[in-house]
Amino acid sequence: MSHAVEVTGLRVAFGDLVAVDGASLTVDYAEVVALLGPNGAGKTTLVETLLGFRDPGAGSVRVHGLDPRRDHDEVVLRTGALLQRGGVWFPMTPAQVLNLTATYYDAPRQPNELLTLLDLDRCAQTPWRRLSGGEQQRTLLALALIARPRVLVLDEPTTAVDPEGRQVIRSIIAAEAARGCAVLITTHELTEAERMANRLVIMHQGRVVAAGSLDELAGEPELIIETSTPLDAAQLGHLLGCAVVMERPTRLRCRIESTPERVAIVSAWLSEHGASLVSLQTRATLEERYLELIAHERSRS
Amino acid sequence: MRAWWAQTRAEVRMTVRRGETLLLTIAIPVLLLVFFSLAHVTATPTRHRVDFIAPGVIALCVLSTSMVALSIATGFERSFGVLRRLHVTPLGQRRLIGAKIAGVVATEVIQVTVVAVVALILGWHPRGGLSGAAVATLIVLLGSAGLAGIGLALAGWLRAEVNLAASNGLYLVLLLVSGIVVPLSSLPAVIGRVAVALPSGALAESLHRLLGLGSSPTGGDWVSLVIWALGAPVLAARTFRLD
Repeated sequence: MSHAVEVTGLRVAFGDLVAVDGASLTVDYAEVVALLGPNGAGKTTLVETLLGFRDPGAGSVRVHGLDPRRDHDEVVLRTGALLQRGGVWFPMTPAQVLNLTATYYDAPRQPNELLTLLDLDRCAQTPWRRLSGGEQQRTLLALALIARPRVLVLDEPTTAVDPEGRQVIRSIIAAEAARGCAVLITTHELTEAERMANRLVIMHQGRVVAAGSLDELAGEPELIIETSTPLDAAQLGHLLGCAVVMERPTRLRCRIESTPERVAIVSAWLSEHGASLVSLQTRATLEERYLELIAHERSRS
Repeated sequence: MRAWWAQTRAEVRMTVRRGETLLLTIAIPVLLLVFFSLAHVTATPTRHRVDFIAPGVIALCVLSTSMVALSIATGFERSFGVLRRLHVTPLGQRRLIGAKIAGVVATEVIQVTVVAVVALILGWHPRGGLSGAAVATLIVLLGSAGLAGIGLALAGWLRAEVNLAASNGLYLVLLLVSGIVVPLSSLPAVIGRVAVALPSGALAESLHRLLGLGSSPTGGDWVSLVIWALGAPVLAARTFRLD
């Protein structure tokens, strides 16, 4: 079966500025892929090319196996999109714009069902200009979902959304993937990406610099300990039988698997020194890995 | 068809709810009709002033709705990302433009009805009979197409705020130089010659001849109307940007 989204060697340039430079990625049905990268990495340009806003200068882009420019009508029937700069007529309410948008499709979801699903019932009759940023974002997500899409492209879906709203969005994305929908999300919220995505793709200066599952991106297993008071890293290294690096006086890190025996050694050692365990990580966080990767790419370029 | 009809209804509803649009499309034309019909500001080629002013104000209605209101509304839709969002729905550019055109025509029907009723109260005697009304409808449709093309080209080309100023400025200039309320014969000859080459000038002149004087529009008027009706929408389609 072909991929829901397939980008191969994509290059998009605006005059002399190369926004996307040979990027490749795939998203399968029932999968959530998060596209990460600093501002100007080319994420939005890639998404816009997927949605038929731009012609690929080189390489190819396929959605449902179709060309988003040539087969635009067919692609948009089966694709939902939340755009970073996509809006609604100012005087319209969420209920009105959902009802209007429902008329574009043959078998849309019920607007009232979507209003409830996205917790928009209270503001269903409020004009767009008076909605909060989070309510606007949830309305745009409701619009993206109205056609029961098989591919969902969400450009920064949690921007300006409060924690409760984020939880709603996360659960909807998980439900859509469970239904068999392919979801591509661009975001700067690494914690959100960590929670939502099956796979992550990191872009920098138009190129894909890393891709894989969270475990694959996190690299080797590690034992990262944060303590309440500064302790001797060399002493812990001797006990664990590996080199321990002191990142900060209260943060010690070593490349070793976190077996129960080793955790017990650490626990006894802390107790012996009257210190308590503030946190224990078994691998680098996505944020740490991401910052490492971007710093490495910046130093290279 | 269902999407187009729903979109058309939404376009008309939004147009009639926008206060500034009502001012531009109804209040200003009616005020100008009443003022220039009653006040002896300029000489008119007809016996009764309203017989000259009413066809001109109908041309002004077309100018305000097809060009200015459409341009400003579309410019802000582009600026606020509405057009970008619609691009990723199956509504499609053709149905959206179709709905906008239907919205413009519906608004113009309301405008012309209001202006005609006020003009008749002021003593207007439209010439040309039923055939004249049919030809006037064709002229209005051609004028609408040309002016809408210019409006959409401006909306696709300029930033929303710049477009707002440009459309209103152009409206004022075209109002004064197109023979809408001031007869072209009262203007310098060079302006008169340029005016009939403009869609608003050809529109106003044709309607003055047809409904005010009971004569036919000139070949030059038709040529100008047809060229703008075909050329301006093509220009708009070629230059229009969604963002």
